[in-house]
Parts: sequence; structure tokens; C-alpha cells
Amino acid sequence: MDTNNASHHRGLMLEEPLVFELGAAGRTGVDLPEPEDPVEDRLGGMRRKTPIGLPGLSEPQVVRHYTRLSQKNYSIDTGFYPLGSCTMKHNPRLNEALARLPGFADIHPFQPVSTVQGALAVMAALVQWLKALTGMEAVALSPAAGAHGELTGLMTIRAALEAQGRARTTVLVPASAHGTNPATAALCGYRVQSVPAAADGRVPVAAVKERLDADTAAVMLTNPNTCGLFETDFQAIAEAVHGVGGFCYLDGANFNALVGRVRVADLGVDAMHINLHKTFSTPHGGGGPGAGPVVFSKALAPFMPVPFVRQGAEGFVLAEHPRGRAIKTPFGRIKGFHGSFGVWVRALAYMLSMGIDGLRQASGDAVLNANYLRARLQDDLTLSFPGLCMHEVLFDDRFLKGTGVTTLDFAKALIDAGFHPMTIYFPLIVHGALLVEPTETESRETLDQFIDTVKALAARARAGEEAFFHAAPRHTPRRRLDETAAARYPRLRWRPRNHTNGLKE
Amino acid sequence: MRYLPLTDTDRAVMLSAIGVASIEELFAEIPASARFDADHTDLPRHAGEMAVERELSRLAARNLSGAPCFLGCGVYRHHIPAAVEALIQRGEFLTAYTPYQPEISQGTLQYLFEFQTQVALLTGMEIANASMYDGATACAEAVAMACRITRRQKVLLSGGLHPHYREVTHTWGRPIGIAVAALSPDPIGIEDLIGRVDLETACVVVQNPGFFGLLKDHSALAAACHEVGALLVMAVTEPVSLGLVEPPGAMGADIVVGEGQSLAGPMNFGGPGLGLLATREKYVRQMPGRLVGETVDVDGRRGWVLTLNTREQHIRREKATSNICTNAGLGALAFAIHVSLLGEAGLVRLAEINHAAAVRLRARLARLHGCRVYPSTMFNEFTMMVPRSAAVLVEKLAARGVLAGVPVARFYPEFPELENALLVACTETNSADDIEALILALEENL
Repeated sequence: MDTNNASHHRGLMLEEPLVFELGAAGRTGVDLPEPEDPVEDRLGGMRRKTPIGLPGLSEPQVVRHYTRLSQKNYSIDTGFYPLGSCTMKHNPRLNEALARLPGFADIHPFQPVSTVQGALAVMAALVQWLKALTGMEAVALSPAAGAHGELTGLMTIRAALEAQGRARTTVLVPASAHGTNPATAALCGYRVQSVPAAADGRVPVAAVKERLDADTAAVMLTNPNTCGLFETDFQAIAEAVHGVGGFCYLDGANFNALVGRVRVADLGVDAMHINLHKTFSTPHGGGGPGAGPVVFSKALAPFMPVPFVRQGAEGFVLAEHPRGRAIKTPFGRIKGFHGSFGVWVRALAYMLSMGIDGLRQASGDAVLNANYLRARLQDDLTLSFPGLCMHEVLFDDRFLKGTGVTTLDFAKALIDAGFHPMTIYFPLIVHGALLVEPTETESRETLDQFIDTVKALAARARAGEEAFFHAAPRHTPRRRLDETAAARYPRLRWRPRNHTNGLKE
Repeated sequence: MRYLPLTDTDRAVMLSAIGVASIEELFAEIPASARFDADHTDLPRHAGEMAVERELSRLAARNLSGAPCFLGCGVYRHHIPAAVEALIQRGEFLTAYTPYQPEISQGTLQYLFEFQTQVALLTGMEIANASMYDGATACAEAVAMACRITRRQKVLLSGGLHPHYREVTHTWGRPIGIAVAALSPDPIGIEDLIGRVDLETACVVVQNPGFFGLLKDHSALAAACHEVGALLVMAVTEPVSLGLVEPPGAMGADIVVGEGQSLAGPMNFGGPGLGLLATREKYVRQMPGRLVGETVDVDGRRGWVLTLNTREQHIRREKATSNICTNAGLGALAFAIHVSLLGEAGLVRLAEINHAAAVRLRARLARLHGCRVYPSTMFNEFTMMVPRSAAVLVEKLAARGVLAGVPVARFYPEFPELENALLVACTETNSADDIEALILALEENL
């Protein structure tokens, strides 16, 4: 501990033990009814033989514990969070309130559909919005996250190809792609072929064409790409992959730059996932839950997974079994139950709040904010690719050359200055990447403050203040943590002394 | 517009700093043929809070909620203490990203470390990850993991496994060449899994309590698996049961997957879920998903980081153990808070109340004319054979405001012998009035 008093606290810097170190036998934070007259159990001798090992805490202790933990987190609510490719925009509280309406929160997925017509109407409305915004033919709502949407998209492509007689073997993925793209292709049984970016940061149609053949199942592109640039050859690439009978997958992680501005169907897209927790403002929650609905072209729509909503004669119906195919055939289901309903309600509340005019203004302001940062910072940091950017701007570490300061050091110094760092070391195609995404929900005052801070830090790096950067961060609940030791000797749980949990070897 | 801070003056100043005349100029690279025509669309324009509230409240009102509810099937209604909801809505939790910068994410990292420990303790396993999307996808990931560990491709699924878990596992396994064999639905546990395990088997997947409610000791199956070098994967869709029942680890399970919703939050029409995945320490490098580990900072103080990232997609790309990135962080927090509030005594008591309530209800339903109930060992859910189509019966009772259970035929339309089977769950949320309403409605409609 860095303090020598008995409490280990210092002002508002509160030390907080693990919950397992707080408990005492006999305490509880929930008052449950006294058991009624005992019944003869039906456990068949399988009653737990050893205690679980959970600590006992009262409600005030639990509330204080988690409140204190919360205070050790940076969040959008507390400050600017320009994490590139993650779209940390404001999460409206109206969405939270509406998702908690008992009519939405307290319904079971297997209630008779006659008793959940409102829930199915939410699904149908969300599908309508996503179709209208993209121009696509059909929507699978169930994927739980972006990467899960990618998997759904590629499996649908695979199912469509299999229906033609051959699943094919290869998926083309740009070197600048999110790591999930190649991981998804591999999970779907495809060999990944990497496509290098051109000197301008974009994927040239020629590089794709060189790699296309009758074994190409799909090309996966991100647009705007992870360098924050619009892929200007997109339509030509889609046409080329269609020319060999393959499909065009668009990673829609950056759809927030396009919404209300681009009709992705007209780019030649066959499938695209949309991260509702990015473009449509649902909270990231420290790493989920998200939702990654996938929009499909006419060619793929017949192969998409269940469930989906249909309008029937007496209201909405839920298709839960693949049509005309035995349940065991592949593309039936990608997720348990119907999908992330709670996230859908939030996203729909956001769409209704923003309207088409608001969504269009949002993508405009997001791109404006990113270009403002680019214009104001390009003489202090090194811009990786010249010219206009979309919703995020990519810098690299050439401006730090010879200073002894790395991208990581620079990011840690930003933390001391009160900002969450940008995304660092991604994308991989530039050295020491710093990817900045301000989003549309930041004011000009905040951007100016960030600009002034970054300029001052860049000046300190150039002035040779290497030690200052290496020591950062200083003002955080913890300073730099030893990640190497954590990986070498993994301690992934708390363990009591002399505890056995009845594990059988 | 309330979420957009820029004023027209701001925009003008910023455009001039950039050196362009309009926002449209920033989109100059978009081909004309792919432009969205915002002037010719049916989509509505922006709306105030009151209008949005009205519209969504109207839809919420069209759902039947708050009714006597005896539905389970992998999603359970339990009482969630007010403190859980209050704490997970703290903006520092709700609006944080995945903890990539550990110095300013110790809150998220510590609760995930606590969650990993709780899941390990509850399941009786050595370690657990920081969550998956839901139980079904966790099950599919566990099967893929077992295939990597054993370097085998043959998988056997019990007929007591939740049909959605089975379907998702099929979906997952097929493109990567996993041969998944699923046994027929097995309401009373007569299937022979042990006889089907051989030297090519990567793993067997069972669920405890099973889809039809059956509680079973799988120790012998675990031993049979281990004898031939196969793994036992055990799914738990109702984690409250772990307060009372021998945990999978004690039965010899190698990988445990589960759905954490029942302890984390409301039913939410089945989503978002909270996938649980726990295993033995020796398999850690084959695990999917995020892991939080303990370490120290440069001052020697204990702290937490995301660790063993070399398994993950952002480092390993096509060689990763999974493509998972986002998981269910906030659900894991809700689970951790609820389990902390309950504590040892509370969770055991909650499980006992659930079990006793279900046993009592079962006894009363068994006396109804023409009805049979099984299996004989269970936790808080069981199967009831009614003398008519369960789906029709459930519709009739729903019209009277009673949600009686889940007709098995909804999952198994191809098995006519299950047409009259109804899955009934009972939790602490079912009041004495609920139970009387159910019995009365059944008596009048059987």
C-alpha cells in the first residue's frame, strides 16, 4: 500500500478489498421467507456435500463495495473516451428506463406469442428501421455482438454456397481488418487470405482481383475502414467478388459514419452486421452485452438463421424452426432464445429519438468532429494517411521518433491529463497506431481541451521529457501493471487458505 | 437535438478550421449511386422523450407481464434485489468499455475477477472466464474447446440438453468438421450415454438439471469419459440449483457451461443472456473469452489486468481460440452483485425455497385428473403430461392471465409423443395465489 495509515485510504483514493475478504459468517444482504414445513426432497441424494465458499455481506456493505469499485473506472459518463473503432458515444438514459418497463423486462421468451405481440412489434420495428437505413432485404436480429454477427453472416454465406453445391475454401480479409474478421472466417472453416492495403490506406480493387478465384467464398471489408477512410473501390470490389460467384461481407462496426448518408445495398453488400452498441447508442457495459443484427441481400435472405418475426393473419408470428429443412441441418440457430431483446428496445428508443434527420446529423457531426481533430492535430502528431477522414482519424508514432517515448507511454500520459486514451497499436498496418474517434456526442469545448492537451504532451515528448512519460500514469488507482507476470503465472481467481472445493480429478 | 452538442456556430468554426464549406463536402468520396436519400424515406423525424416514451409504453402494454408465470426452460424469473439494478446503472460501470487500459478500469477488472471466482466456486471448478454471450453459445464454444484439447471431432449430446443449446452446437460444429450426434429427447433419463462413448469421442454434453427437469448424478459418465480420454461437458441452465445440488465439478465435469440470467436479472424476453464457462486450470490456454488475472503495479500494489490475450482474436487473428470480443460484462456484474448479496446462507436458502415450492406444486399437479408428472428427481422444474395438446392448453390458460408452462412441442414439433408434455417451473416468485390460480385454471381446462 502506498499509504501508511490504518485504512490505506487517501482522500477519495479508496482501497477496496475483494468481496471475499469482506464477509463474515451469518451475514446476508437478502431477507428470504422462512422455509415452510419441510418437504421430502427430490434431490435423489445429490444434495451439495461441501459449502460453496461464498462470503456473507449485508446490503450496505455490498452497496459500498460496488460503489467504490465503480469509482475506479473511467467511463463516457465521466469523460471524453475517444477510443477508435469502439464508438464511445453518449448512452441516453431514456433507453435504460424504457428497457426496464415491466412489459419488456418481465416477459418470458416462451410465453405464447399471443401474449408478447408488443415484443414482436419491437422486433418488427427494428427490422423495418435497419432495412430502411441499409436498403437490404432481410435482417437476422439474434446475433449477440459484432463478432457473433460476423459469424452469422459467414455461416449464411456458407449455407448459400453449399446450396449451390460447394462451400468453397477461402475468405479474403484486409490486413487492416479487426482481429474478429480472420478469427470468424477460421471459425467458419475458411482459409484466410490477407489483402494488403495500398499506400493510401485503402484496399485497392487490383489487390483483391489478384486473389479472387473459384475458391473464394467471400471478401470481408470494413467501410469506412479501420484507418477511418472510405473504401473508394468498394463497389468495384463487390462486383469483382460477385464475378467469381463469391459474396461481399461488410463489417459494419463503422456504420455510424454512414447512417443516413450511404445506402449500403447500393455498395454491393450481401451481408453486414450492425453493432447496436456502437451506432445506436446502447451501453458497452464494461464489455457487453451488445447486439449485432445482420442485414442480408436478396441472394442470402433465404439462408438466414431463425428466429425471425413475420406478419401473420392474426398479428405477428415468430418463426423458430428452419423452413423446409430438418432441425439438424446447419443453419438453424446461432443463439439461445430470440436474441438480445433488452438491447433492441434501447436501440429502437434511440432511433425513435433521433429520427432520420437526427441520425443523419449524427453521422455528419461524427465525421466533422474527427476531421476537426485531424486538422488541429496533424502538425503535432503524424497523420498516417493525408486527406479527409471519416468518423475517426489515424495517427502513428513517427512524431515520437527519437524521443524515447512510445505510443503506450503517450497514452498513459493522456490518462494523467484526465482523458481516456485513443485506441493504440490498432490497426496493425501502421507503426504505433493512435486511432482517435471522438463521436458526435462531444462538444467543441471538449474537443478543444483534448487538442490542447495532446499538443502540450507532444511538445513535452519532443522536449526530451522521456522520464515523465515512462512514469505515467501517476494519478490513477493503480499505476502500470505487470502484464507479463500476470500471463506467466495466471491467478484467475481468489483462493481461500486451505480450501478444497470438492473437485474430482 | 438533445444528444448532439454542436451548434451551427460550432459547425461553421470547425468547417473553416478543416477548410471545407459544408459537412456534405466531408462525404465527397461516397459514390453518387450509393447515397442515402434522406428526403425520400418513410422514416420518422426526431422526437422528444415524451413521444418516445408513449410509443414504447404502448408496445410494452401489449405484452402480458406480471402474470402468474410458471415458465422456465433456461430462463427463470427470480426476485432481483433493488440494489442490483441500482448499482449496475452507475454510469462508471454502464458506460465503460472493455477494460483495455487497466489503470483506469480497476473497477471492471476487479468485479470480473470476483465473478470468475464466484462461478468457479458455484460450479466446483478451478477457474472460470469473464463470461460469454449466453448459455447456448457457451455450450458450443465448450464443445469446440473439448475438440481442441482432445484433438478429436466426435461429440455426443444428451437428449436432456436444451434444444437451443443443441441447435447452436450443431451450427457451430458443422463448418469446422465436428461430428455432433444428438440423442432423442429423454424426459426420464433412460438414454445410454456411457455405452456410446469410445476412443474417438471428444466430449459428451449433458445438462443438470436436464431440459425436462431431471436431476442426475453424472459421476459414472464422467469416469467412463475419462477412461477413454474424452471430456464431460455439463450445462447448467438454472444456477440457483447450485446452492443445493452437488456441483458439476464434484461429479467430475471437465468443462461447465451455463446461463447466468436467473441470478443476474429479469427475463427480458430471453436476452441479453450471460454465458458461464468454467473448467480445469490445465485447460486454460484452450479457453475462449476474456480472462482477468491478478498482478501487481510498479509500486507493488495488487491489481487486475486482462490476461492470456494470446488466445484471443485481437492478437492471434485466425489462430485464436474463438472470435468472441464483446461478452456480457454488465450481466456478469449483476450476477456478482446478486451472489454477493445472497452470500452462502442466502443462496442456499433461495435454492431450498425454490426446490420446496416446486416439489409442493408437483405433488398437487400430480393429483389433477389425467395428469402425470416426472422425473422423480428434480430441482425447480419438471415435466407434466396433460391429457390434451399442451400448446392448446397453454393458450387457453394465457387467455385467463395464467402463464402455465412451456409446451415441449414448441421445440420438438417432430415428436408427436411429446405433444402433451408441458414443462413447469416454480420459483420463489410464485405466490400462493399464483399457485391457486394455476390449479384452478388447469382444473377448468383439462
